[in-house]
Amino acid sequence: MAEALLFYTLAALILGLGVMVVSARSAVHSVLFLVVNFLLVAVLYVTLNAEFVAVIQVLVYAGGIVVLYLFVVMLVNLKQAPERFSDPRRLARSGLVLGGVVLALIVVVVSSSLRAGAAPEGTLSGFGTPFTSGNTEQLGWVLYTSYLIPFELASMLLLVAMVGAIVLAKRHLGE
Amino acid sequence: MLDTVVIPLLKIAVLVNAVLVAVTFLVLMERKVIAWAQSRLGPMRVGPYGILQALADPIKLILKEDITPVKADRYVFTLAPIMSLVPALVVFAVVPFGPDPLYYIGDINVGLLFIISVTSIGVYGIILGGWASNSKYPLLASLRASAQLISYEIAVTMTLVSVILTTGTLSLVGIVEAQRESGIWFGFIQPVALVLVFIGGLAETNRAPFDLPEAETELTGGFHTEYSGMRFALFFLAEYANMIVISAVVVLIFFGGWLRPFPNIAWLGFLDLLPAWIWFVGKVFLFLYVFIWIRATLPRYRYDQLMSLGWKVLIPVAIGNLVVTGVFKVVF
Repeated sequence: MAEALLFYTLAALILGLGVMVVSARSAVHSVLFLVVNFLLVAVLYVTLNAEFVAVIQVLVYAGGIVVLYLFVVMLVNLKQAPERFSDPRRLARSGLVLGGVVLALIVVVVSSSLRAGAAPEGTLSGFGTPFTSGNTEQLGWVLYTSYLIPFELASMLLLVAMVGAIVLAKRHLGE
Repeated sequence: MLDTVVIPLLKIAVLVNAVLVAVTFLVLMERKVIAWAQSRLGPMRVGPYGILQALADPIKLILKEDITPVKADRYVFTLAPIMSLVPALVVFAVVPFGPDPLYYIGDINVGLLFIISVTSIGVYGIILGGWASNSKYPLLASLRASAQLISYEIAVTMTLVSVILTTGTLSLVGIVEAQRESGIWFGFIQPVALVLVFIGGLAETNRAPFDLPEAETELTGGFHTEYSGMRFALFFLAEYANMIVISAVVVLIFFGGWLRPFPNIAWLGFLDLLPAWIWFVGKVFLFLYVFIWIRATLPRYRYDQLMSLGWKVLIPVAIGNLVVTGVFKVVF
């Protein structure tokens, strides 16, 4: 009961903050809401006993990526609303398409979870067990044995993206 | 109820107050040490040898008028000092002052990562404080701060990975226990990592010679130019609390935490007569002294020098250290 209550409170807060992120007037406020959102997602991971993932979530998303967002947002002048870039009809059309995609996703997820029946026992049982149980080692083990190739592919992808970004920036400077 | 709620709350209350009191005396220590380095006496008027200056400063800051600039973003302006102080205090939850569970609030198995990630949240205080002031010098300082912290965070985290390879655990209690078992402080096994983490710590706490975000000579005080009174004091507290955090991390990882010197030599056992937490606090203050010593000695870096030091020296050395550690780990 307690964990269900905790989960639904967290989920409501996360969704509410998500709405705040897209509806805030100032871009910096959006980014701030996003930080709190990420921190709450980390709390959700802690309740699922995934403390390593929770800490990485804070370190990478809340502490790293969003700092870069802020950096960019502060450099760009967002004082005038970007109306002159937006064509209301095109906005409505793309909104319609995006909404349709999200709706389809929700339908697929809900129907597949309904077909699978109720969630198996113990899905949310992490709450209350000691925080020191430890899963960093298991995670590393699985990552470097069963999922070695996806892991290496992901890191290659990141490397390529990094080199690509440097090449693009350098070409701009050189000419 | 008593063990899960009351005692941890008591410990948190004691720890937070101890840190805040330590910060006020750290400010006094800094003024005194810098004064001695410059052949001055430092504060001498308030109390014997100026000791009560540590109390006079906070009282002055509390009594000062608290000004919010008209054009500032009011909410973010208020939030920024809080966002900078809270992570600095949260980190102490996993810092063990001794081997006994009485001396720490929590020993989580991702302790070191917890410290890295929570301190990375602290940068928001500086960035948002500069932005919310709506003034050009603080904004420049925020941009500097975010770029600086991101670059040095990478170097520090990379270095800590090589330390974790030596210890095999992320728990801070486990790291100190590993040093007791191997009979040698890791500072002697990983001297390169020690230097890198300390330099990175200087940069992450915005201390001289990396205090670019608050460079008085160019930015009139940097990100806290528009802050006054208690809100300025919160930024101040956060900076010094972060110094204590970095010193504590360096002591725990490289200098045996609460262990006495030479834990492998038996006839020095009489040193254990001093309680463990005194050794720990003493070592932390030794490193705080080094922080102040460096500030009194070295001039500030130029911004481009700072960036090229971070990206072209520290990160490659950190990666090299990681590779060498890995090779040693495999071969021996």
